[in-house]
Amino acid sequence: MKDNGDYQPYSYFQLMEVSLRELLVEKGVVTEAQVEAAVEDIRSRTPERGAKVVARAWVDGSFKQKLLENGSRACEELGLDMPALRLVVMENTSSVHNMVVCTLCSCYPRMLLGLPPEWYKSRNYRSRAVREPRAVLSEFGLQLSMETKIRVHDSTADMRYLVLPMRPAGTGGWSEERLASIVTRDCMIGVAVPKPN
Amino acid sequence: MGGLPAGKVEPTEHDYAQWERRVDALMVLLTGVKGGKRLMTVDELRKNVEALPPDAYDRMSYYERWVTSITQTMIQRGVITTEELGRKMTEIEKRDRGPV
Amino acid sequence: MIAARFKPGEKVRVRKAYPLGHIRTPYYIRGHGGVIERLCGSFGNPEELAQMRSGEPKQPLYRVRFLQNEVWPEYRGNPEDALEVEIFQHWLE
Repeated sequence: MKDNGDYQPYSYFQLMEVSLRELLVEKGVVTEAQVEAAVEDIRSRTPERGAKVVARAWVDGSFKQKLLENGSRACEELGLDMPALRLVVMENTSSVHNMVVCTLCSCYPRMLLGLPPEWYKSRNYRSRAVREPRAVLSEFGLQLSMETKIRVHDSTADMRYLVLPMRPAGTGGWSEERLASIVTRDCMIGVAVPKPN
Repeated sequence: MGGLPAGKVEPTEHDYAQWERRVDALMVLLTGVKGGKRLMTVDELRKNVEALPPDAYDRMSYYERWVTSITQTMIQRGVITTEELGRKMTEIEKRDRGPV
Repeated sequence: MIAARFKPGEKVRVRKAYPLGHIRTPYYIRGHGGVIERLCGSFGNPEELAQMRSGEPKQPLYRVRFLQNEVWPEYRGNPEDALEVEIFQHWLE
């Protein structure tokens, strides 16, 4: 699985990756086909999956209840695979804003949002999101009033978190598809809010 | 790391290189997901990343830390040996020394 | 299986201990008091899993809510701003 036409010498770590993979294939631990399939699977997971869940919750009150009670089971109903027991969905309201971080590493609801952005994994976000969430949010351009309570969720163990943003005004009568299109990844992490455009 | 003083959050995005996606894929497979043989846990991955010396941690990129940690775990688990790894890395380096 | 000791709404404190090894209880929360928000279920002990052991018996895992202005001395915000962290039962008292 050499990168075709790429004559750059491997970096030490790229060399390690190729070597590790070839050794594991030789030992029958994995096959190249499995690795390729797993890579394609990761590529296919984009925040659109999460946005679908949010849009459905916005139009269907009973789905929203199920989602807040048991995130994994509700997602399975939509045909999205989520490891059992592990998804917690938090609802933003006019008085509460939720935000997610993993201070210990970079735990993230990959099943619904794909790979996390670089900033989510950065030292700066991980250190400051728990301690000064308002300052971090304002760096993202999100100003919240002092009346709004902020809840920061640190994914320290087996649960994964998704923020259910508030449905903005001016979206009455929109189709689920159109609603999903304004739900960005950052809204579901909690550093942004959806804007009707 | 939570609560330590740190700088402004730069909203950087990162277009993943293919080798980085392959590291991620290996992690998925080695933890027994997507039909892989379960040979390690995510806890071992984290432990071995935490075991990196602080200056190395900061110099390395996310997936450089991961590939180091996964490889270390495979050595600890006896799936591969250090000697095998050394030989393989030398072999591949020689093999891919093509026109620049 | 280890029985769950705590119920939602109960006040708990995170143990103040600093053992070696892989720990999923962040430094910043050790020694602090909070309230159980929910029982998440029982999961393998990450401290043991990290050392290539089975992680059994599974430990009850809780989400615990802390008040920001109790955790950080200089915190300024809404007095009800909260921090919610998953903590394993053996770290709570």
